[in-house]
Amino acid sequence: MTTSTYSVARNGPEPGGDAVAAGTAAAVPVSTDGTSGGTDGPPSPRPTTRRRTMDKKSRLRLLNAFSIVMGIATWWVMSLAGFQFPTPPEVVAKAGEMWSSGILQEDILASLGRVLTGFLIGSALAIPVGFLMGWYTVARGLFEPWIQFFRTIPPLALLPLVLVLMGIGELPKVFVIFLAAFLACVISTYQGVVGVDKTLINAARVLGAKDGRIFARVVVPASTPFILVGMRVGLGSAWATLVAAELLAAQAGLGYRMQQAQLYYDLATIFVDIIAIGILGLVMDRLLLLAETKLTGWQERR
Amino acid sequence: MTTTTPGQRTEAKISVQDVRKTFDLKNEEFVALERVNLDISDNEFVTVVGPSGCGKSTLMNILAGLDETTAGHALVDGAEVSGPGPERGVIFQQYALFPWLTVRKNVEFGLKVAGYAKAERRERAEHFIKLVGLDQFADALPKMLSGGMKQRCAIARAYAVDPSILLMDEPFGALDALTRVRLQEQLLETWSREKRTVVFITHDVDEAVFLANRVVVMAARPGRIYDVIDIDLPYPRTEEVRLSPEFAELRNRIWTSVYHQTPGTAADASATARA
Repeated sequence: MTTSTYSVARNGPEPGGDAVAAGTAAAVPVSTDGTSGGTDGPPSPRPTTRRRTMDKKSRLRLLNAFSIVMGIATWWVMSLAGFQFPTPPEVVAKAGEMWSSGILQEDILASLGRVLTGFLIGSALAIPVGFLMGWYTVARGLFEPWIQFFRTIPPLALLPLVLVLMGIGELPKVFVIFLAAFLACVISTYQGVVGVDKTLINAARVLGAKDGRIFARVVVPASTPFILVGMRVGLGSAWATLVAAELLAAQAGLGYRMQQAQLYYDLATIFVDIIAIGILGLVMDRLLLLAETKLTGWQERR
Repeated sequence: MTTTTPGQRTEAKISVQDVRKTFDLKNEEFVALERVNLDISDNEFVTVVGPSGCGKSTLMNILAGLDETTAGHALVDGAEVSGPGPERGVIFQQYALFPWLTVRKNVEFGLKVAGYAKAERRERAEHFIKLVGLDQFADALPKMLSGGMKQRCAIARAYAVDPSILLMDEPFGALDALTRVRLQEQLLETWSREKRTVVFITHDVDEAVFLANRVVVMAARPGRIYDVIDIDLPYPRTEEVRLSPEFAELRNRIWTSVYHQTPGTAADASATARA
């Protein structure tokens, strides 16, 4: 008895604090769940932590901007200090020149056309194949060795063979891009399908759903996050493959232009193309990320 | 009476007859259920309690049609269970809500499968969402809900397709004590308004006594029915009932039955169960 009195006295301020916390916690169910006669409440929002994260976010943005400015400044200083770089204004001027002559747009369209064609066909084929592999053992048994084998080969390593077999037109480039996107996406889709929570499938079954509906209404949405991650990885891989493929064999495109510029020691053009490749890659990735947040916003983040 | 002929005719809503279930574990046969016999009548609330590994979840999966018996029969309305069916609603411990669907769409899922027209689907879903007190959260995604609210949504989803049987596998097992007590009371309230036959698996002796007409105690190795105890406490079960000496007495008896089990054979067990 005495010990408990002592501990209460000693921890005086703490029980007081607990009481306040308990009071707010109890207030939530009453106010939100009044109709059901007092049940457990929803997780209560915490304004303080939200404000802190927003502060953190804007601080991050500020640091990002600072870092970019410093990077460009360093580049500028280096080019003035005798490195063989073009200065930022030179690159901007070159970009303007390439734009007004129409070369830049032409190259961008050529490169984007290839990458999007390869990427879209690759993803469009990868998703059904990934689903088949996840759903049917037969499909898994038949596809898996080939996918595992080709996954270990960089798509570019196939380019010499593909060039010989398919000529030097658009087809070989689109094909290696297709392969890059397909391989990244198919494995992710397959893993998504295999990893679908068995309880969700059982829940659908006990509600009377048959295989077709379980597939369309449970397996597909449950593996969407995996598919989208696969598509993002696939797009990155496709973009990387594209530029390299253009360096080796093309008559237009950003990679081809850099290759040409290299011959004439035209560093400003190379810089413009590198920056264009970076920005385009970033934009496409962000677009997929946006789709991801839209389509998979239901996920619980842990 | 331990000799029920397999597949015999029965008036019971659920009839488990001489069920045996084994799993293959690396060249070894694991007996999950051995000679389990149990009759449950219409609108009865039966709780099944026992130590882990006693096969209580296996028994539920068999009744749900998610698992098959190795031997013996599981009958619902006199017909052998073969696969899941809409007349048996199942509530899982992990809620198993579809996270990409709102509360409303989750509740409507089974109705859609059953082919209800849109307007009627809406209306039924609305009714059951209200019944579990989630009307303000009808358009929220599961990630916005607390554990207790998720389980209430799962209960509404199971109820909506109008099953005559509810199979609940430790539905409140993952919830804190306070929420658990509230949901127990709510479940009984819902059950008294919309009568169903309920089989409720739990490892919580208090919960088993509080909810049930009858408590089935199971034992492990092999999984079998160890004891069946009638709970003669009146409904509605209020806090008063929970704190009554009769409740304490039943709880003590079942506690002893669960935690101080004398090792025995399945034959002894089913003899006790039928006594």
